[in-house]
Amino acid sequence: MSELISELDAGGMHAPVEPVDASHGILLYLEGVSVTFDGFKAIDNLSLYVADGELRCVIGPNGAGKTTMMDIITGKTKPDAGRVFFGQTIDLLQLDEPAIARIGIGRKFQKPTVIEPLTVLENLELAMSGAKRLRGLLTTRLAGAERDRIAAVLERVGLTAQAGRLAGILAHGQKQWLEIGMLLMQEPRLLLVDEPVAGMTPAEMERTAELLKSLAGEHSVVVVEHDMGFVRSIADKVTVLHQGRVLAEGALEDLQADPRVIEVYLGDGHAAG
Amino acid sequence: MRVPSWLRSDRAGLALLAVLAALALVVPALNLLVAADHPLHLSAYTVTLLGKYLCYALLAVSVDLVWGYMGILSLGHAAFFALGGYCFGMYLMRQIGARGVYGDPVLPDFMVFLNWTELPWYWLGFDQFWFAALMVLAAPGLLAFVFGWFAFRSRVSGVYLSIITQALTYALMLAFFRNEMGFGGNNGLTDFKDALGFPLHADSTRIVLFLLSALALAGGYLACRWLVSTRLGRVLVAIRDAEPRARFLGYRVERVKTLVFAFSAMLAGLAGALYVPQVGIINPGEFAPLNSIEAVIWVAVGGRGTLVGAVVGAVLVNYAKTWLTGALPEVWLFALGGLFVAVTLLLPRGLVGLLRRRGATA
Ligand SMILES: Nc1ncnc2c1ncn2[C@@H]1O[C@H](COP(=O)(O)OP(=O)(O)OP(=O)(O)O)[C@@H](O)[C@H]1O
Ligand SMILES: [Mg+2]
Repeated sequence: MSELISELDAGGMHAPVEPVDASHGILLYLEGVSVTFDGFKAIDNLSLYVADGELRCVIGPNGAGKTTMMDIITGKTKPDAGRVFFGQTIDLLQLDEPAIARIGIGRKFQKPTVIEPLTVLENLELAMSGAKRLRGLLTTRLAGAERDRIAAVLERVGLTAQAGRLAGILAHGQKQWLEIGMLLMQEPRLLLVDEPVAGMTPAEMERTAELLKSLAGEHSVVVVEHDMGFVRSIADKVTVLHQGRVLAEGALEDLQADPRVIEVYLGDGHAAG
Repeated sequence: MRVPSWLRSDRAGLALLAVLAALALVVPALNLLVAADHPLHLSAYTVTLLGKYLCYALLAVSVDLVWGYMGILSLGHAAFFALGGYCFGMYLMRQIGARGVYGDPVLPDFMVFLNWTELPWYWLGFDQFWFAALMVLAAPGLLAFVFGWFAFRSRVSGVYLSIITQALTYALMLAFFRNEMGFGGNNGLTDFKDALGFPLHADSTRIVLFLLSALALAGGYLACRWLVSTRLGRVLVAIRDAEPRARFLGYRVERVKTLVFAFSAMLAGLAGALYVPQVGIINPGEFAPLNSIEAVIWVAVGGRGTLVGAVVGAVLVNYAKTWLTGALPEVWLFALGGLFVAVTLLLPRGLVGLLRRRGATA
C-alpha cells in the first residue's frame, strides 16, 4: 500500500535495481521471438541485436512486423516464444510498459502522440525522468536544474521558440520533434523511433536526420522508416524485415543489390501498387 | 496574504470563491437578521435548498475531476455520494438514542421493528462523530479504491467502465433495499433529531450546515484546482488524451487512476454527508443509476474539464429541476434528456466554454 502510494512510476515486484549492463557491446537482444495474432504469424522466429550506441534502421514492406517488434520490446505485446534482453541482465519480458520505460527505453509512435492541450514545455516536463513519484508530482513548480534540462532538450529539437505554445497547434514536423524531445527527457539508453519523417517536408527530413545522427553514440537508436532516401542519409547498418523475420542485414548499398531484397520490394511492391 | 500562482491565473475560480464568500455572508444575514414578514427574508426552506445545491455542486466537481481531466466517465458517482450520506446518517440515527418511537436506547427504530436484539458490528462506532466523519471519507474512498484497483488494472476503460460503474451503483441500490442489510431497507435512515447536540430543525443549525456546505465546496474546488495544476494534473490530461503515451513515459496509469478516483469518491462522500442532515433522510433511492447520470449532465452543461463549469451546471440544472418538478413534474426527465442532447450537440464545451469563447472574441 505505501509502495503503491509512493510510486506512480515503475517499480513493483519485478523492477530491476541494477542498471543496464551492456559490457558485451550489445544493448538489445531479441532471440527467436515469435508472435501470433489469431493464427497469423506477425513475428516469426525473429533475432536481432542492437549494439550500444548504434543507429540502426529497420525497413520492410507494410505489415512486415516492424511496429509489432517495437510493441514487444516496450512490453505492449508479449511474444509466444523467444527471449528479449536489455543488456546482459534485464529480461524485458518480465516487465510491463512503465517499468521498461523507466529502465531506459523510449518509444516514438508511428502516429505522432503529444499531449495537445499542454504546452511544449509542459509536454517535456511530463516526460522528465525522475519526476514520476507521487511526491515529485504534487508540485506546481519547476526546479532550476529541471528548467535547464528542459531548455537543453528544447534547443536540441529546435523548439525553443515554441516552448510556450500548445502542442496541438504545432506543425506536423514540429510534433514529431516534440515527441523525440519527450523521449530525450526520459534519458533513455535506447530510442525506438517509428516512422519519424512520414509526412515531413524535405527540409524537415534533413533536420530530423541531423537530430537522429547526433543522438547515436550517446544512445542506441532504432529507426523504422519507409523513406529510402532518408534511410540512406542516416544509417550505417540496415535490417530488412519481411513477414516477421530478418530477411537481410548490412549496409544499404549491399542490400539494394541483394536479389532477395529486390524481390520483396520490387516484387511485392509492384503487385501492391 | 499571497495568492499562489496556480490560483492567481484561475479567474473563474476566484470569481466562484468570491460568490461563495458573499453567499456565506448574505444568506445567514437574510435569514437571521431580516424579519420573517419582510420580502427580503430568506426562509429556512430556501437556505436548505441552497445548501443542497452546494452539495450537488461538490458532487459535480468530483465527477469533473475524473471525467473532465482523467477521461473516466463515471456513471456511478452518486453511489459514493450516497455512501457518505449513509455514514453520516448512521451517526444521526444513533444520536436519536432513546427518543425513537420504540424508545430503545441503542437500537434504531427499524432494528427494533425487525426484532433485532443487538446492533450489527458495522454500526459500532457510529455514535462517535469523529468516527462517522472519518467513515464519510473512508467508506466511499475504499470502495472506489478497490473498484478502481480491479477495473483499471484489467484496463477496463471507455464505455465498458461507464457500464460497470452503473452496475456498481445499481447493485448497491438493490443491496440497500434489503432489510437484512441493516440500513433501514426501503425507508432508509430518517427521523433525525440532532448532530453534536444541535437540533437539525433549528434555523441556526440549518445556517451552519449551509455554511459548512459552502466551505466544503470551496475546499473541494481548491483541492481539485490545485491538483490539476500540479504535474500530476498534467499526467491526468496525458492519460485522458493519450493513455499509451503516458504508459510509455513510465507512468503507472492504473495507480494514478485508482488514487484519483478514490480521492474523487471521498469528495463525493463528503458532499453526501452534508446533504443528508439538510434533507433529513437518506434512502436507497440515492443509489439510483439515474442520479449518477444526472451528475454527469450537470458537468456537461456547465463545461467539462473546467471545475467551475461543474458548479455552474449543478446549480443551474438543479434550480431548473426544482422549478420544473414543481410546475410540470412529468416533463422533468424529458427536459433533462433534451438538455443533454442539446448540450452535446450545440455546446460541447458547456456554458463555461461558451463564455470563454465570448470573452475571447470580445
Ligand atoms: N494487435 C494486433 N492484432 C492482430 N493483428 C495485428 C496486431 N498488430 C499487428 N497485427 C498484424 O501484424 C502484422 C504486422 O503489423 P505491423 O504493424 O507490425 O507492421 P509494420 O511493419 O509496422 O507495417 P507498417 O509499415 O504498415 O507500419 C500486420 O499484418 C498487422 O495487421
Ligand atoms: Mg508500423
